[in-house]
Formats: sequence, C-alpha cells, structure tokens
Amino acid sequence: MYRYDEFDRRFLEARVAQYRDQVRRRLAGELSEDEFRPLRLMNGLYLQLHAYMLRIAVPYGTLSPAKLRMLAKIARRYDRSYGHFTTRQNIQFNWIKLEETPDILAELATVEMHGIQTSGNCIRNVTADPLAGVAEDEIEDPRPYCEIIRQWSTLHPEFSFLPRKFKIAVSGAASVDRAAVRVHDIGLYLRRNEAGEVGFEVLVGGGLGRTPMIAKTLRAFLPKRQLLPYLEATLRVYNEFGRRDNLFKSRIKILVQSLGIEKMREAVEAEFAAMGESPLELPAATIAAIAAHFAPPAYAPAGAADEAMLALARAGDPEFGRWLDRNVVTHRAPGYAIATVSLKPPGKPPGDVTAEQMELLADLAESFGLGEIRVTHEQNLVLPHLRRGDLPEVWRQLKAADLGHANAGLASDIIACPGLDYCSLANARSIPVAQQLSEHLAARDHEIGELRIKISGCINACGHHHVGHIGILGVDKNGEEFYQITIGGSADENAALGAIVGPAVAADAVTGAVDKLIDVYLHARRAGERFPETYRRIGAAPFKEALYATH
Amino acid sequence: MPLIKGGRFVADRWRHLDDAAPAPEGAAVAVSLKRWSSERDALYRRKGELGLRLPNDVPPTSLGRDVERFALVTLSFPRFTDGRAYSQARLLRTRLGFEGELRATGDVLRDQLLFMRRCGIDAFEVSERAVAENWLAAFEDFRLFYQPAEDARPWIARQRAG
Repeated sequence: MYRYDEFDRRFLEARVAQYRDQVRRRLAGELSEDEFRPLRLMNGLYLQLHAYMLRIAVPYGTLSPAKLRMLAKIARRYDRSYGHFTTRQNIQFNWIKLEETPDILAELATVEMHGIQTSGNCIRNVTADPLAGVAEDEIEDPRPYCEIIRQWSTLHPEFSFLPRKFKIAVSGAASVDRAAVRVHDIGLYLRRNEAGEVGFEVLVGGGLGRTPMIAKTLRAFLPKRQLLPYLEATLRVYNEFGRRDNLFKSRIKILVQSLGIEKMREAVEAEFAAMGESPLELPAATIAAIAAHFAPPAYAPAGAADEAMLALARAGDPEFGRWLDRNVVTHRAPGYAIATVSLKPPGKPPGDVTAEQMELLADLAESFGLGEIRVTHEQNLVLPHLRRGDLPEVWRQLKAADLGHANAGLASDIIACPGLDYCSLANARSIPVAQQLSEHLAARDHEIGELRIKISGCINACGHHHVGHIGILGVDKNGEEFYQITIGGSADENAALGAIVGPAVAADAVTGAVDKLIDVYLHARRAGERFPETYRRIGAAPFKEALYATH
Repeated sequence: MPLIKGGRFVADRWRHLDDAAPAPEGAAVAVSLKRWSSERDALYRRKGELGLRLPNDVPPTSLGRDVERFALVTLSFPRFTDGRAYSQARLLRTRLGFEGELRATGDVLRDQLLFMRRCGIDAFEVSERAVAENWLAAFEDFRLFYQPAEDARPWIARQRAG
C-alpha cells in the first residue's frame, strides 16, 4: 500500500489549511457561493437535498484498517454513524455540516486521506481493478500507475477547470475487466506487446450519463515511460477543444464523437509529438520506487491443515459453502483467498456501511487479512489476503455483522446511486427500489446465477444503469416516479449499452417487471449463458412480449 | 483596475486600444487579434512595444513567429471556470518560447492565481477586492507541487529523486 512521505504529508497539510481559509472566507462573505462552489467540489463537498455530502477519495479502492477506523470515527462524530461506498470506489457521508468540513479533512489527513478531486471539472480520483496485485490473471499491478497518475493530476494547474469532469480507470488484468475501464473518459489496460514489453492500451471517450458511450482505442500500445506525457497531450486537446457551451455535451466523449476517433487520435498524437522530450517521462527508477510500495505482503506457506479445516466447515454448513462458491475467488499466492464482503444485505440500501461494521472490517483485515481492504465499483468491499484456513472464522464474524451474504455478482447484489433520498439531481428514488428488489430476488439468487442489476435515479447514471444486464432508470412523469428498464448492458471487457425495453413502469411494478425479464432469461438460457448473451441470441422481442403483452 | 505583477500591485503601463483608436508611435499599446490580423504589417513596423489580446478559443500556435513581435499577450478568463487560457499560457511559454508579459484578464479570482502563475502567467488584472483582501498571499498557498509546469519551481517527483 502506498505510504505518504514527507512531501505528501506537507502537501496535504497545505491543502487542508487552504480549504480552511476558503471556508472561513465563504462564511465571512468574502467568497460568493458561485465562487466557492468549485473550490468545495474539488475537496469533495456537495450541497445535496437535505445537507452537505462529503465524498472522500479512496485512491484505486485501497484502504487500511487505520483508514477504515478513521472513516468510522467520522461517521460517528460528524454524520449519522454510517457511510456509503460509491461506484467509483469512494465513500460519501450524507449529513455533513459545512462548518465542520475543515476539521473532518484535517482528521482525514492524519491517515493520509482527503476529498481532493472527488468532484469538480477536473481529473477525478483514479480507479482500478479491486483485485489488483492478487488476481491470478494479471499482467502487472495497475496500482503503481494509478498512484503516479494521482500525484501528477493532484491540483494540476492546467487541468483544474476542464469543460467537465474527467475519470480515469486502470486495469492490469489480461482478459477480464473488473474496473469498468470502457466507460471512463480515459481507460488504461496494461498490455504486453509483441516484443514482450509491458505498456498501455489507451482508450478514450467512454462514459455514461445522458449520452452513454463505450470508449474507443486511442493508442494500441503506449510505452510506460510515456504515460504522463500522453495523458497530458490528451487532456490538453480536451481542454482546448472540448465544448463549454452545453453542460450535457462537455465530456470528452462528445468531442471524440464529433471529431471521430481518427481525428481525435491525430490531434492527440500531434500534440504529443510537439511536446518533444517531456520532463514527465517516467524513468524506470521512478516507476520502481512507486511500485515498491505495492510489493506483495509476506505470505505464509500454505498449510495442509487449512484445507482440511475448510472442507470440514463447508460440509458442516451449506450457507458457508454458498459463500465460498459465490464470494471467494482464487488468490495468486497458494493457501490464500480473496473474499468479497457483500454490502448488499437483502432489503438494505446498497453500499451503506455502519461505523460498527467498518470497525469490524478493520479488525478482520488486521487479524486475518494482512491489513488491506479494497472497495469495488460494485459497491462491495474485498478482503484480498485471507488464509484459506481462516475463512470459516472470518465468515462467522462477517455473518454476525450482516456482512456475510453469499450474493456477490448475483441478482440481489444491486448497484444503486443515492437517488432522490439524498441527491439534488435525482428525478426518482433508487434506494427503495433496490431494497424492494433485493429483498424479493434474494430467494431466487442461486437459481438465477450471475446477474447485474443497476439502478440510477436520474439520467446522470451514477448507478451505471446503461451497463446493467438489467438497468433501471428513475424518471419523473408529472411528479410521479416511473422507471425505465434497459436490458443487455454490460460493464466488463465486453462492455455494451443496454437497450430500452419499452415504456417506463410505475414504482410498484418494477419488481414484477424484473421478475418477468428474469423468467424469460431462465427459460431461454443455454448452459453457461449469462443474461446479456441470451439477450443477444434471442433478441428483445421475448422480453418485450413478457413485459407488455396484454393477452 | 489593480494589476498584480512581480509579487505586488503595480500601475498598468499599457494602453489597451479599441479597434478604431489610433496607435501612437512609441507608446506601449495592446490590440485585439482582429486588429492584428487586419493591420499586421503597419503594426509590425510601428515603433514601440506591442501587445496582443488573444481570445481563449484561438490556438496560440496559430500565431507562429509573429509572437516574437509582442511584449505582452493578454489571456481571457470570461468566467473563472473556463480554463482554456491555462493551456494557452503553457503553449505560449513552452511551445512558442514567449518571454514577454502574459496577463490574465476577466474573471480573475484569488483561488486561481497560483494555478495561473504555474502555467506561466505573470501578470493578473484583478478587482479592487484583491487589495483589501490581500490576494498576494495566494501565491504562497502551496510550496510543493506534484507536477512540472511553467514556473520552474521544483516538483515532488524530482525532489524525491534528489
């Protein structure tokens, strides 16, 4: 895990001091709300429907026990004793007082945390594969590059007032995508070229929102040392030529769409070439120094007794067996496992965690997990380094805290934005729909298998509904909440946008409608086929028929 | 209108001409890009320092070698959230090697001054508030930076390398 040095610490202290003064000036009337808004947003502070919301960065989704305990402390002291993990691996607190935010950020700084660039029209907190460094299928750990990008983009003087927000995700996996890379403004896949060198495939112009788009390849192979100059060239083209006249057409995806990917590539490559030799080029020693922070922990040798104990526990408790099958995947190190901690108990708001749960997870990570916790873009947590023999005890403790649900990747593992319960942009509520659905679907989870349901409370699509196998979008119809349903989307390496099935349905009809869609899928699916594959094979007609036929 | 330059408030020695106003010989005058385009040769030959007002949607590289004729380029921030001129400033400094005065005009506020200076802007047209609220302190908000820019100040990765 990255540890701050003296430079990072002093920088963050200066940032807190600057923000404290900005809040003072706002409260004293020296700054207007219009002048203050971008400043607070760049520290993660939004004004929502009922209160301020503070979004705290979890760079590339990596947390330590100390950080998680600090989040628990903040939840208790400054909020209502819970927090909400987001689809960008961050955490947000929903009941914050403006006057207290400088103190909160000062407390966070003591554990190397902040809210920098979790909002605003700037380069946002960089996200990564939550299984970075432990997955079996990895070319290279993406986190050192995320950290390099984090540092370069922090308070970037040229790119803090972009046309619109700018999101970057990095994945090091060879063939699967757990980071939704293709729906980011810039997506980076670590790749190996024919000469065996590792570099990046650079994608550009992905994004959801009002005009969802899948990113296109800008550069098939970029040598590692050129990462930052190439990003700077791309951002500069966007800063100069991205639209600023219409909020809804300001993302880089619209620039890519209007120029076409070839012209976009020409513009970026021309700027990149004109930069010549850049001081941003990364010497191998710089990469190695950052990568050293992410060296694998000291794993104990695998024990034969562990497997025996695990087999016994599995035989003794089918529920534990289901959790092993669903939430636990193979670790790179023999004798270890990666466990997903579901933040989706049936009937509860997706992604919410109480202060007590945070503290328990911190304890578990410390006692059993080599001190690491990861956040996934699916609003779950991961304990990435568990001894296989410890799994029964870890699960027992998770279960006691309502964190042991065996539903990772299943129908009740729903992604949802905060929606109209909190958000000032929302048109409809998301959380109650998710609660209703997960409560209902939990009983069918294991019959259905993998299914990704994603719910957004408005067209801004924070709940990623476009890339849900089943996507649900809240809309307002003359003051009533309706929900538009899309099917066939996917956020992984085969990223696809869902298609609208038909007219939106009323709030109380959503569960019934989703049931019908699932029935069509279960009836038609072939062995091993997931929902999007079945949908692509049989088309939309049977789903439409099931949902809207009057006979 | 107060002008910040060289770490203090100074008087503006430039005359910012309307397109119709005569350009007296010997005086330091700044003209619009439109006027520069239509009267280029006469302005080029005129004795005296010349400044250019560059709109924020014109790539500075389109000026080419002409940039050598200017002792001042003013950049425009129509709203402080419109950040195009940050890129223009960096391109003027690094790509075109512009060494004259680079001035921020428009909606120039305290909390953006340091970003502007890092991008190579060295003069700032600000409102009267700037004096009363001592905006000069803004340049000291940070002494550590994570990336190289146009201000030649050390940046953290380089400092770490020693």
